[in-house]
Amino acid sequence: MRFVIIAGTPSSGKTSVMIHTIRHLLASNLSVAACKIDCLHTSDDERYRRLGIPVAVGLSDYICPDHFYVANLEEVECWAREQRADIVVLETAGLCHRCAPAVHGCLSVCVIDCLIGIDTPKKIGPMLSTADSVVITKCDIVSQAEREVFHNMVETVNPQAKIMDINGLTGQGAITLKNEIVRYNSLEGISGKELKYPMPAAICSYCSGETVIGKTYQMGNVKKVDFGGEN
Amino acid sequence: MLEQITVLGGLDKKGSPERIRSLDIKAGEVLAVIGPTGSGKTQLISDIEQYGEEETLTGRRIVIKNQQDTGKDKDLPRYLVAQVSQNMNFLIDMTIEEFLLMHARVRAIPDPRETINNVLETTNQLSGEPVHLSTNLTQLSGGQSRALMVADVALVSNAPIVLIDEIENAGINRLQALEILTGQGKIVLVVSHDPTLILMAEKRVVMKEGGMESVLQTTPEEQKMLEGLLRSEKQINLLRDYLREGRLLWQEFWCTVR
Repeated sequence: MRFVIIAGTPSSGKTSVMIHTIRHLLASNLSVAACKIDCLHTSDDERYRRLGIPVAVGLSDYICPDHFYVANLEEVECWAREQRADIVVLETAGLCHRCAPAVHGCLSVCVIDCLIGIDTPKKIGPMLSTADSVVITKCDIVSQAEREVFHNMVETVNPQAKIMDINGLTGQGAITLKNEIVRYNSLEGISGKELKYPMPAAICSYCSGETVIGKTYQMGNVKKVDFGGEN
Repeated sequence: MLEQITVLGGLDKKGSPERIRSLDIKAGEVLAVIGPTGSGKTQLISDIEQYGEEETLTGRRIVIKNQQDTGKDKDLPRYLVAQVSQNMNFLIDMTIEEFLLMHARVRAIPDPRETINNVLETTNQLSGEPVHLSTNLTQLSGGQSRALMVADVALVSNAPIVLIDEIENAGINRLQALEILTGQGKIVLVVSHDPTLILMAEKRVVMKEGGMESVLQTTPEEQKMLEGLLRSEKQINLLRDYLREGRLLWQEFWCTVR
């Protein structure tokens, strides 16, 4: 079974890109299972379900969605194997840019749109720089020149990745991602595999439900802004 | 330098082999892609863009002939097809100068100053009110933006194939735009419903139900008709200019301009 991890900035078109790509995979007689991780609510599972494939949803609720995601990788793998999937697509929540979901042995795809600004690729960090494939969406509404400059910015942040343009509305370009998935190695088992980039530490009073502002309410791993100047 | 691309036929929407099995397009040539909406024009362009893939939806294959054929992928440009379409916008908040310099740097243009001056000159040939290097991209009108895109694609982007997608309503001199692009030795694909643009192409591929149905060479008779079309186009342009300048037309206008 091939394990595909989808990350990306909010509203970049992760689900739309994957729906088109999965259609191509299904047309090649490959079986696909999809799992969507989100925080409080998602309707993306409905869109996956319309493809007639097994779909699972994981809502992290009061836990950081990326930590929740890592803690559930074995379970997702197990579920997908029960579905006899050739390919499992795991779509992450795509919220904070500090975490990178990429795991060695899994094909990690980062979806970004070229409307986010030319300098933004530099700000995205490990989610973009550790991806195996980078999908750029919404290219049809910016000038060719901006498209080329944006491409170059992405390449500077992640020179190894295969970069592809996909139109999430029409599906143009999705066959390239499909071929990339098909070419990718099968995963023997996810247990023992490593994250490409560590997740941030966060064990403080707010993690366990504290809501009041102020030093006296803060315990555990607390970091303060360095405003420079004296001290 | 790209010399020629060949599209080897695949399957149409019904899964039967399309009628045209092989279509050659040479550098400097203009090919019109025509057919009703939904007939597969965009898919054809998409197949050409994804020339590196061994498998496509339509089963078409794209063969590229380079002047110095080393057979290596890295010698091919990143973008085989550069596009100018009606839906495209400049979103970046920068002056024309800053942006062109940035694009020229990305493209490793040896003399960026000279190039951006040429881009500006070409832009102003194509559109109405002149723009300046200090003009902000987001202030450009639709026509000015399109003119700058054409000039940039012709002089800065390195894609050897240019796709012009239904720009007949863009408010720029589209016939001159076509000349500028082909003048750079590029292959120009024109998706259009405009008879003048279609006839300005040496040949046209007619799409039907997802397949390439026929390839027609523009006949000498059609070229004569094109001259007539261009003449009336000139008259309409003149008429437009008169109105734009705030002048009144008079009854014998046509007789005078003829």
